Amino acid sequence: MAATGNNGIAPVVMAFDEVCFGEGGEQALHNISFDVRRGETLIIHGAAASGKTLILKLALGLLKPTRGRIFLFDRDVTRLAEREWFDMRSRVGVLFQEGGLFDSLSIEENVAYPLLNQRLLHFPEEQVHDRVEQSLEFVELGHTLEKFPSELSGGMRRRVGIARAIVTQPELLLYDSPTAGLDPITANTIMALIVKGRDVRGATTVMVTHRHQDGEILARYRFDERTSTLVPALEDSTHTRYLVLREGSVAFLGSSAEFDASKDPYVTMFASR
Amino acid sequence: MFEFLKSPVLAFQEFIRLSGRAIAGIPRKPYYMDDLFIQMDLIGVGSLPVVILTGFFSGAVMALQMSRALQTYGATSQVGTIVSITLVREMGPVLTALMVAGRNSSGMASEIGSMKVTEQIDAMRALGTDPVMKLVKPRLIATAFVLPLLTILADFVGLIGGWVVACYMLHLTTGQQFWESAWRALQYDDIAQGLVKPFVFAIVLSLVGCHYGMQTTGGTQGVGRATTQAMVVASVSVVVLTFVIGRIFTSL
Ligand SMILES: Nc1ncnc2c1ncn2[C@@H]1O[C@H](COP(=O)(O)OP(=O)(O)OP(=O)(O)O)[C@@H](O)[C@H]1O
Ligand SMILES: [Mg+2]
Repeated sequence: MAATGNNGIAPVVMAFDEVCFGEGGEQALHNISFDVRRGETLIIHGAAASGKTLILKLALGLLKPTRGRIFLFDRDVTRLAEREWFDMRSRVGVLFQEGGLFDSLSIEENVAYPLLNQRLLHFPEEQVHDRVEQSLEFVELGHTLEKFPSELSGGMRRRVGIARAIVTQPELLLYDSPTAGLDPITANTIMALIVKGRDVRGATTVMVTHRHQDGEILARYRFDERTSTLVPALEDSTHTRYLVLREGSVAFLGSSAEFDASKDPYVTMFASR
Repeated sequence: MFEFLKSPVLAFQEFIRLSGRAIAGIPRKPYYMDDLFIQMDLIGVGSLPVVILTGFFSGAVMALQMSRALQTYGATSQVGTIVSITLVREMGPVLTALMVAGRNSSGMASEIGSMKVTEQIDAMRALGTDPVMKLVKPRLIATAFVLPLLTILADFVGLIGGWVVACYMLHLTTGQQFWESAWRALQYDDIAQGLVKPFVFAIVLSLVGCHYGMQTTGGTQGVGRATTQAMVVASVSVVVLTFVIGRIFTSL
């Protein structure tokens, strides 16, 4: 995991520069600026409708900003044509808030979808099945290949979504509210998978969440491959940073230590104190 | 001042943009043949029973209603002429299109709309496929191919309906006379009109359905709204367009 060393700074994977979305009185995002460097983890907190999902959709080019600039993998993607976006998106894995699983396709076809359709990948077709199986094993759902999304529980669907996000082994992973609406036990399972997905391949991770526990797991634990469990991470070795949104503006942006020390009453509502 | 016009104008603009992209995408890769055949099956084979029933009874009812008028003029032998002209020019294309609007335009709006609100459309774009190519194009091509065929079938079944009523129920004419007059009545421009109409209807029906689907917002409630709007707009367009096309043909 080649994150920020003491000398030398890791390249920027994703950056927003004074980004606004929406017009006039209905502006949903105001002057959002932040960046995520390779190997970092960014946790985005915020009340409902504060613009968390919008940030992820802007970063994927699914929506266009009204002002400001967006960078992805050191490239200005603000005015990118849709055709070129497809190349950028093949380097990103995403789990949508509503899941976004195709309900007309089986679980296997869902997870295989990015492998078969991301043009830049050129993934050999004869290896698709193995890779899909491997990815589903990773989320401990190896036995569900033939099923359809409607036959799975909410937590299982979320896990299939994670399998689909990581199947292409992307450099950047975006998770939108992965634990929303799940019981605490399933939520912790999901979080463990996200930590595992981050640490096994050292992917840069951006996660939107309501729960402070989710952020803490990402910030304080790492996946130990030897024992296959989560173990406490050394101080700041996960390079976790926090972004807190309030009604479409940045209310807080800083390291995990700064987040814990913040006195802002809105920000502290998302911390565990 | 014209604030109330803003949203319909924007929606129409969006419809035109979608139509442009879908039509421009027809010759371009990727093709998604599986989706095309699934749609043809859904629209074509799926609509067969309802198209056959409406076709048969519209021909039958026409023979029935015309019989009295024709009897007063002593022109009952002309029943085949009347049934075939009205069916081929107007009733066949319009009724078939209305059935397909009710079944498929609304179906497309609800299917694509549900995909929209569950972020499947976003997922599609994020995972490397253009929803216009993957969802809209197959529906457009399938409808444009299948609707003229369904219309021909409806016309033919309608003539059978007229023939059954005219010859066997009301004994207005002989079978041979019925089919001869029906065939003789048709001129090239009737047939042209009867085929241009379903082709144009098909383009509008499928694009309207897809447009309302793609524009869906507001959860499951929004899907319901999109479905009804698609069906209403598609049906009204059919009735308006049949007049416009008919007008163009009569002035030729
Ligand atoms: N495509 C869009 N165009 C315009 N406005 C939008 C769009 N999508 C969302 N919004 C608006 O932007 C605001 C923020 O929405 P967003 O979905 O980002 O909230 P969120 O922080 O993800 O909330 P939640 O926690 O409930 O998921 C909302 O007021 C919403 O109505
Ligand atoms: Mg959201």
